[in-house]
Formats: sequence, structure tokens, C-alpha cells
Amino acid sequence: MKLDAKCPSGPIAQQWDKHRFDMKLINPANKRKFDAIVVGTGLAGASAAASLAELGYKVDVFCFSDSPRRAHSIAAQGGINAAKNYPNDGDSVMRLFYDTVKGGDFRARESNVYRLAQVSNAIIDQCVAQGVPFAREYSGLLDNRSFGGAQVSRTFYARGQTGQQLLLGAYSALMRQVGLGQVKMHARTEMLDLVVIDGRARGIVVRDLVSGEIRSYAADAVVLATGGYANIFYLSTNAKACNATAIWRAHKRGAGLANPCYTQIHPTCIPRSGDYQSKLTLMSESLRNDGRVWVPKAKVDKRSPDQIPESERDYYLERKYPSYGNLAPRDISSRAAKEVCDEGRGVGPSGFGVYLDFADSIQRLGKSVIEERYGNLFEMYERITGENPYGVPMRIYPAPHYTMGGLWVDYNLMSTIDGLHVIGEANFSDHGANRLGASALMQGLADGYFILPYTLGHYFASSKLGKLTTDHPEFKRVENEVNERQQRLTSMNGKRTPDSFHRALGAIMWEKCGMARNERGLKEALQAIPALREEFWQNLKITGSREEYNVVLEHAGRVADFLEFAETMCLDALTRTESCGGHFREESHTPDGEAQRDDENFCHATVWEHLGDGKTPMAHKESLTFDTVKLTVRSYK
Amino acid sequence: MTLMKLTLRIWRQKNARTEGQFVTYQLDNVSEHMSFLEMLDVLNEGLVAKGEEPVAFDHDCREGICGACSLMINGYPHGPLPKTTTCQLHMRHFKDGDVITVEPWRARAFPVIKDCVTDRSAFDRIMQAGGFISVRTGGTPDANALPIRKRSADLSMDAAACIGCGACVAACKNASAMLFVAAKVGQFAHLPQGQVERKERVKAMIGRMDVEGFGNCTNTYDCEGACPKQIPRRFINEMNRDFIWAALTE
Ligand SMILES: Cc1cc2nc3c(=O)[nH]c(=O)nc-3n(C[C@H](O)[C@H](O)[C@H](O)COP(=O)(O)OP(=O)(O)OC[C@H]3O[C@@H](n4cnc5c(N)ncnc54)[C@H](O)[C@@H]3O)c2cc1C
Ligand code: SF4
Ligand code: FES
Repeated sequence: MKLDAKCPSGPIAQQWDKHRFDMKLINPANKRKFDAIVVGTGLAGASAAASLAELGYKVDVFCFSDSPRRAHSIAAQGGINAAKNYPNDGDSVMRLFYDTVKGGDFRARESNVYRLAQVSNAIIDQCVAQGVPFAREYSGLLDNRSFGGAQVSRTFYARGQTGQQLLLGAYSALMRQVGLGQVKMHARTEMLDLVVIDGRARGIVVRDLVSGEIRSYAADAVVLATGGYANIFYLSTNAKACNATAIWRAHKRGAGLANPCYTQIHPTCIPRSGDYQSKLTLMSESLRNDGRVWVPKAKVDKRSPDQIPESERDYYLERKYPSYGNLAPRDISSRAAKEVCDEGRGVGPSGFGVYLDFADSIQRLGKSVIEERYGNLFEMYERITGENPYGVPMRIYPAPHYTMGGLWVDYNLMSTIDGLHVIGEANFSDHGANRLGASALMQGLADGYFILPYTLGHYFASSKLGKLTTDHPEFKRVENEVNERQQRLTSMNGKRTPDSFHRALGAIMWEKCGMARNERGLKEALQAIPALREEFWQNLKITGSREEYNVVLEHAGRVADFLEFAETMCLDALTRTESCGGHFREESHTPDGEAQRDDENFCHATVWEHLGDGKTPMAHKESLTFDTVKLTVRSYK
Repeated sequence: MTLMKLTLRIWRQKNARTEGQFVTYQLDNVSEHMSFLEMLDVLNEGLVAKGEEPVAFDHDCREGICGACSLMINGYPHGPLPKTTTCQLHMRHFKDGDVITVEPWRARAFPVIKDCVTDRSAFDRIMQAGGFISVRTGGTPDANALPIRKRSADLSMDAAACIGCGACVAACKNASAMLFVAAKVGQFAHLPQGQVERKERVKAMIGRMDVEGFGNCTNTYDCEGACPKQIPRRFINEMNRDFIWAALTE
């Protein structure tokens, strides 16, 4: 496996311009001769598909939900970053770039991150032109807020529904192209495999989720925009159907998988309430602007919070990180919460929770101000927990939220398979080992609107792509493999449901490859996962048949892939013996317990190559150089 | 923690071609903290373990925003609680011994696919007809070049909050999609960017709505009460005005 990032040379600020000039173009009349498959209709997929279609390419778009508008991106609440510097508070492309590199704990590629910051402004212009109703000031100009501990206000938002509004913007553009006949939309259709012919991605094999039919589609290039894999933990803030099948199948066909161990655990989620729990709900991080995080000083203190006097409370974030306090970055806040709960000081019925208390703010600012700022969040909290956060402190606990790892891509967003492009959360991303708040939406739309449409054109123009159809024998071969797999899944007649396997896997991953990892735990996981997988392939129970709408079968296929993915994820975590960003290795810490990066040995992306079932994958390295931002220690003390 | 025993009457239908019927299930040990869908998950796990097919229903985000979940619960779209999608409805609003009836949306334009899953792609086709501003990617002016009154932006956002769930259609005795269409038309009608295509948009979207087989609006406004995002009826009135104006000035 060859890793050539293809970053342009020259000063970083001119690289993207230079690259755009160097890329080959296709004349307008010839564009309609090329077609692309886009899998996924989240921010990345919908924006890419619409933009490609506008250019004149023919596009086939796939998603598993009933409508492209329901992709997981819809759930993003907080906002989207851009370097507009509208508030005149000192922001710039350089600063957004710098913050992203540093926030990612120096594990991202500088050239890509700089470009991301550069195109961020155009995203906001584009969305406004589409009619996205961003929040505005009385002047009529756009409002900004600061988010996730940033020192400038660069986040644009639409109430608590930014992801929804951005996605509906991209979805509208996509629907327009469907109406014009440039895009063919295939909803309720799940990609189950990738077809590679002569070393190039030339199509996909899908299952029609309504009829159960297995079909193939051919194209000149394939774009995966299939989102993240946080549901490997079973309980996460992701939508229920999010899964890793598309990227895992592509990985097995030759696409390198980079840094799968980088996962983000979000500190402010509602704790789980029982064994039936199906997912976890995120409470916007903005709450930490006015809420104070604490636990009792004593262990197993079962008193109700109002019975615990000030002197017996531990505001541990304020104590440990005096300069950032309750606004300490996500990874640090999450770990701190885990620590106090592991000490036995957690609150709530399960003991896995900490208080987020608004009493002080309510007293200082008045209830109405708090209501105006967070009314809808308080309402949501009450709807879920039955508790009124104006009266009793909220209980929060960290939950898996986002995955920085994903398929490796070069500067053109192309994977190690020619023609297979990967965008949005599905690629290994510009966020390094830790993503800053409001930067995922930015990256998804940057990839889809402003990067891929250029680089894919260059791929078409510079490759010799003979025309081929799904009659090519390779399509039949892959279809057969998919059918056999489906057959195996449905014919075991065992005793355990896919959901039960998924929960068991989630428990292993959360325990051993969650917020903190160590060698012993990871080695145990690497024993437990294959054992569980073996049981899965012997004892799985599936109802219904393959030739119909069958949610149990759908879920089983996704769990089967998670069961393989998990092993590479743990192997990656085991291999990276340093702590960085969302990946905390307990063995690698400073004397005062903070994460200790090891730039000497780990200033690289680890890219895994699949060598066959049952074989240990091979690790490759893309070393990272920091020419513009100096490698420094991330300190929030 | 209170545990409840419930009787569930659930619509089971193998596929679009077969007839459906209600099937009754008993469920013990339902926790008040479960969401409605988690309660159905528990039922389904039990069914699969027994080798029976689980009840199919659409869902995804379980946060009240994707619009996938649906379900008529005791005759109410998304259940009896106002401002709440089915996925955000919790069992503490039910009591021990309750009989709960669960069915799919009923509307000609939303045919049943299986059990409680319906085909709502008609909404996508209405969007294809005109639910957009025809800008292409790139070449747009600076976002602050066009100031927009805060009040207009807020009104636009009120309309844009629609999640496309279809509860308005399910609640309407005519199965009209007016609230859904009005929400999209209204989002753009309150923004300067939306003015250029305003007439064409309202005509095209209403035209498509009729083609898809949604009923006419007779101003009963059950849609407004059922809408989990409380899209107000004013957008229907505004859309009607726009439609007439578009027709008169043709
Ligand atoms: C609760 C929550 C809040 C968030 N808030 C913010 C925020 O405020 N700001 C921010 O920047 N980020 C936020 N994020 C992160 C951000 O929302 C996501 O990273 C981003 O939306 C991912 O977009 P995407 O286009 O890459 O993928 P998704 O939106 O996940 O879309 C994936 C698409 O792929 C399709 N798909 C997947 N697999 C297949 C397959 N095998 N076959 C066919 N189709 C398939 C799906 O149907 C879907 O259409 C939040 C995330 C969560 C969970
Ligand atoms: S108007 Fe309300 S009920 Fe109708 S689709 Fe939109 S959110 Fe659902
Ligand atoms: S599951 Fe998304 S709105 Fe209910």
C-alpha cells in the first residue's frame, strides 16, 4: 500500500490555489459523459452530489433512510465554524487553521487543514444564498457565538438546529437536481460492497431495503459519504442506523483505514437510565458556559444535591483546570468525569453521572436569562428524564459522539483505491486526534461543496476510464459474495439476536477502548472480540426472509461488520502507546496525570491495510510534518 | 421506579400487497423512564427471541429532529403529548394497565410498506418540484452583503423547523399536506433570497401536492395541533395568499 498524500508544494496559503490551477479540467460538453456514485446524503454526500450534478456529471445517490433529508447530520445542534471574522475579534484563516491543528493534538495534515479553513467562508455564503435561516442580530447581519472553548466567536448557528438547517439546504439543492434529472436518488438502499476493477473503484453492490433485492451499479468513480462509526459502542449520540459497513467493506477491498482508535467522547450527554437504553442524547456543549460541574467530595454520597453543602462539593474542573474551568476541552472534561465516577463519587441511580448545576447562574442572571439561552435544552432534558433542571442540577455523563478515524485520503480526498473518494466524517479527517466543536459540519460541507467537485473532475480528466457496465464479471462475483453472506446470516437459526451481540460488543469497546485505554484491557478486548464474532457466526438468530423488508437482517449485517472493525480499532489503540487527543493511554501521562503525547514515535497517521480474514492487518505510516504550526504541548491548566 | 403492565394493539401488515390487522401483545415490566420506541424495542427483542418477526417502524435519530419516527398512538400522531415526536415520548405519560393502540400514518399518499412503516417519498417529490432556491454552488455574494431583518429571519426559521414527518397529513381528515408545503414555502417567502422564484415555487409545490394524491385543505387545522414542531397555521394562510396572487398575476 503506497501512501502519497499528494500535497502541493510551496507556501501553505497558496497551495490550494496552485493545486486548482494544476488540476486538469473537463470541458463542459464532456462532463455528461462521466458518472459518479455518491453513497450518503448527510452534509458531505448531499452537498457533493448536488454540486457534481450542477457541473453536469450524472450522479447516482444512495442512502439507507426513507428520505435523504434524514441523514444523521440533521441532528447537529451547536453550529458551524468559519473564519469570517464578522465580530472583528481577531479571527482569520490562519487562526482557524492553527486552532484546528492544535485542537487535533497535532495529528492532522497541515495542508488539508489550511484548505479547510480557507474554504470555510464560502460555505457560509453558499448556505445563506440557499435560504438557510441563520441567527441574526437586530442589524440584520449574521450572529456569531463562541463554541467549544474557542477564544473567538466564529460559530454560525440556526437556533439549536444548525445541522438540520444546513442539511435541508444541501438536500434542497439535491432535490433540485433530482427534479432536473441530473441525479437519480436511491433511498432505502444500502451499499453492501464495493466493486474494484483493474485497481479502480467502479461500482457498488446494494440491497434494496424494501424488496431485499441485491443489485449492482457501475460508475466512473465512487464517493463514500457514509458518516462515522461511533455506534460501534452501541450506546452513542449517533442516530440508530449509523454504521461502518460502507467504509469497512471498502477497507476490505483495499482502502487504507487510518487511525480508527481516534474517537471523541462528548462530556455533556444525559446518563443512561436502564438496560433497555437504546441511545444517548447529547445536551449542547453551550450549557457549560453557565453550568458548573461538580460531584460530592465523599464517596457514595446518596444525599440529594440540595442537601450537600458547598463545602462538601468538588467542582473538579474548576479545581484542576483553573484557567478553563467548566469550559475545558471535550476530551479533558470527559476523562475527568470518568475519573471521579470511577472513584465512586458519581451521582444518580447508576453512579455514572456528574452534576451540571445552574443554581449560581440562575441566581446571578435570573431564571429568564437562563430560559432564553437554554430553554429548549432544559425542556428536552425534562422530557427525557422527568426532572426539572431549573430546580435540580442536571446529571450528565460522557458518551461516544464522533469518530476522527476513517478511510485514509490524500489531498484530493481519494483513498488508496483509485477512484474511491471519501468525504465527511467517513474519512480520517482534518481533525487529527480530537475534533473541535462546530468543525464537523464545516468539514462535511467543505469536502462536498468546494473540494471534491474539483478533485473528482481532475480524476476523470487524468484517468483512462473505459466504459463498463454491471455485466462485467466482477460485478457478478461480488454480488455472489454478498448473496452468500446474506445466506449465511439468515441460515444459522441460532439463539441470540443481532441487538444482543451489538450490546455485548458495545460493552467491550466502552470498557476497554473507550475514554481511557491500557495495554491489558486492549489485549483482553482483542481476545474477547474474536470470541464474540465466532459466537455471532454460529448462534445468530434472524427472523423473516432475505426477500423482504427485514430490519433484523439489516442490523445483523451492520453488527457483523462492527465485529470486524472493532478488532482493528483495538489493535490501533494498542499500537499507539502515546496519549493524544481522544485517545488516552493510561500508561502515557505526565506526572500530574495529564495526557502525554509522544511526538518522537507517533507523529504520524497509522494506516491499516487489510490482508485477508483472520490475518493481522499491516500498519503503514504517513508521517506528519508541522512546518507552519510549531509542535507544542496542549495545556489547559 | 414504577413498572407497568401494558396491552398493545399493534397494526401488523406483511407488505404493501397484503391486508393488515391489529395484533394484541402484553408487555410487563415497562419502566417509566423508557421512551416509547424503547418500549417497542423491548417488545421486539422478545418477539425475535421467540422467532416471530418484530414490529417494523421507522426511526433513526431518536432526538425528535430527523422526522423518521411516526406512529399513530391511541389515535394521535406521535401520541397525545403536544410538541413531542414519538421518539421523545416517554412511558411516564402512560399508566399501569393501559391499552395502547399503535398504527401507521393513514393517507393515500403514504402507502404502507410494512407494519407501521409507510412510504413518504411524496414529500421528496414535492420538494423536487420547487422546494429550493435555484442557486448553484459557488459564486454567491458575501453572506453579510444582504442584511435580513431579524424578525424575518426568525419567522423563516419558525417555518424551516419542519422535520418532514407527515404527522400533519396523518392528523388531517382529508390527508392534506398543506402544513408541510406551507412550511417550506414560508421559509423562503420570508427571506429576500426567496423572492425571485416565489410565484413559481408556490404553484409548483401545490401542483405537485395535488398530483401526489394529498387531499384539500378545509381549514380544520388538526395539522397544527399534531405538529411536533408547532408549525403555526399562519403559514398556510400566507401560502394561500401567495398562491392566489401568483395565479392572478400570471
Ligand atoms: C448529536 C450530535 C450533535 C452534533 N453537533 C454538531 C455541531 O453542532 N457541529 C458540528 O460541526 N458537528 C456536530 N456533530 C457532528 C456532525 O453532525 C457529523 O460529524 C456530520 O454531520 C457527519 O456528516 P456526514 O455527511 O459525514 O455523514 P452523516 O450525516 O452521518 O450521513 C451518512 C449518510 O450515509 C448514508 N449511509 C451510511 N452507510 C450507508 C450504506 N452502507 N449504504 C447507503 N447509505 C449509507 C446514510 O443514509 C446517510 O445518508 C454532531 C453529532 C451528533 C451525533
Ligand atoms: S409541518 Fe409539522 S407535522 Fe407536518 S411534516 Fe412538518 S413537522 Fe411534521
Ligand atoms: S426518530 Fe428522529 S424524529 Fe423521532
